[in-house]
Amino acid sequence: MTVPAQVQTTAPARSVQLHPLSRRIMHWINALAMFVMIGSGWRIYNFYPALPIHFGFPDYLTLGGDFTVTEAVSNEDGLANALLWHFAAMWVLVLNFLAYVIVGFVSGHFRRDFLPVSVGAFLRDFLDALRGRLDHRLGEYNAVQRVFYWGVLAAILVTILSGLSIWKPVQLQWLTALFGGYEFARVVHFFGMAAIVGFLVVHLALTALVPKTLVAMVVGRASETPHPRNGGQR
Amino acid sequence: MSRLVFERKPVVTVIERRLFLRQTLSLGALTLLTGCDISDNDSVQNVLKAMSWWNDRAQAFLFGHQTPVPTYAENDVVKDFRYNAFFPAADAPKLSAADYRLELSGLIANKRPWTVDQIYALPQESQITRHVCVEGWSMIGKWSGPRLSDFLQRVGADLSAKYVGFQCADGYYGSIDMPSALHPQTIMAVKFADEILPAKYGYPFKVRIPTKLGFKNPKWVTAIFVTNRYPGGFWEDRGYNWFSGS
Repeated sequence: MTVPAQVQTTAPARSVQLHPLSRRIMHWINALAMFVMIGSGWRIYNFYPALPIHFGFPDYLTLGGDFTVTEAVSNEDGLANALLWHFAAMWVLVLNFLAYVIVGFVSGHFRRDFLPVSVGAFLRDFLDALRGRLDHRLGEYNAVQRVFYWGVLAAILVTILSGLSIWKPVQLQWLTALFGGYEFARVVHFFGMAAIVGFLVVHLALTALVPKTLVAMVVGRASETPHPRNGGQR
Repeated sequence: MSRLVFERKPVVTVIERRLFLRQTLSLGALTLLTGCDISDNDSVQNVLKAMSWWNDRAQAFLFGHQTPVPTYAENDVVKDFRYNAFFPAADAPKLSAADYRLELSGLIANKRPWTVDQIYALPQESQITRHVCVEGWSMIGKWSGPRLSDFLQRVGADLSAKYVGFQCADGYYGSIDMPSALHPQTIMAVKFADEILPAKYGYPFKVRIPTKLGFKNPKWVTAIFVTNRYPGGFWEDRGYNWFSGS
């Protein structure tokens, strides 16, 4: 994902190319698929919670159709619809995730932007962030962000695999066994989702704090003084 | 389907209600278009149905004709197995062996009806497997009975046909793909936990298909047919995925 040289050298407005088109498309496909998977997943969870504690998601936060209308149209109380959404969006989520990971490794995006990560750098940046001394530099990820991105990629992977294992506990029984059996795989699937949602809360909060990042994820570039350390070279 | 169990009304009144509600649907659809819920929109429903059809194909592809279903130990068996139907246990059909006849139709050479004793006389298999409900709960049970594949062969069913369908004494109906019907662990379960199958679990037999979700395992079966025309099913006609393999 290198940017044509003239963009950096001849851009007086200091417009920085941040995200190539392919990454932006994959980001928004993922956002949509996640929205559907989480919303429908919450409703599916509500019908028979995997956790041993008394906990459910408010119905209005779940996805799968209005209960009364669904009952009237299909004589069904909203679980079938949620399942249809879940098993439709899973294809989009998984294929898009695979494409993103392959492109991420092959293009060097992961290596350039998410590496290196070290415990020391993470602690330093994390403490700086807590003290409010960590600047957001467009186009450069600090160590906390890097760790978060690796973390959410791992969480998505675990959620996909545990999801497959509860979808096909017979055909993919080796995978179900890997997650500690059918019942425990449901719990893993739940906490994988919880980790993704936790990431999303931070992700959206930071986007709200630095709205330029949202612009960059839509149009691909943003105008800002590039960080002196890399001079805008991506 | 716990939420469904106690709210379900008898099928006949439900159908009447559906016809009535079809006329009021446009009003419902209008209110939805203005709202934030797109789930009940017709074109969205068509996309979801197409994806469900695609998922049927994907699951048939994933299905291993001989893949053994994981089995468990005797002491894993849940004795007080959950009763599950769209009506309370007290309303479960109580069929008598004297009157019962299993009707056969469709692509079957010998359509002579079967008595309970004739079914009991077939060689039986036992299995301790996990029953997984579409809602997410699961329970380990022990079922015994003749293999459905043996039965289908014995009555001269066309094993190259696409579907095996079932009709039940409670008005329930369902269908499965032929490869799942011929899986060695798909049985006509006449026993649960080594006892004659009680009325609440589907006497005289339940088709136990451990490669499928619970609702694909019909109880109180009174008719079996073989066909190439998609027969649907009680929950499938209400939007649940047809193949529903596990």
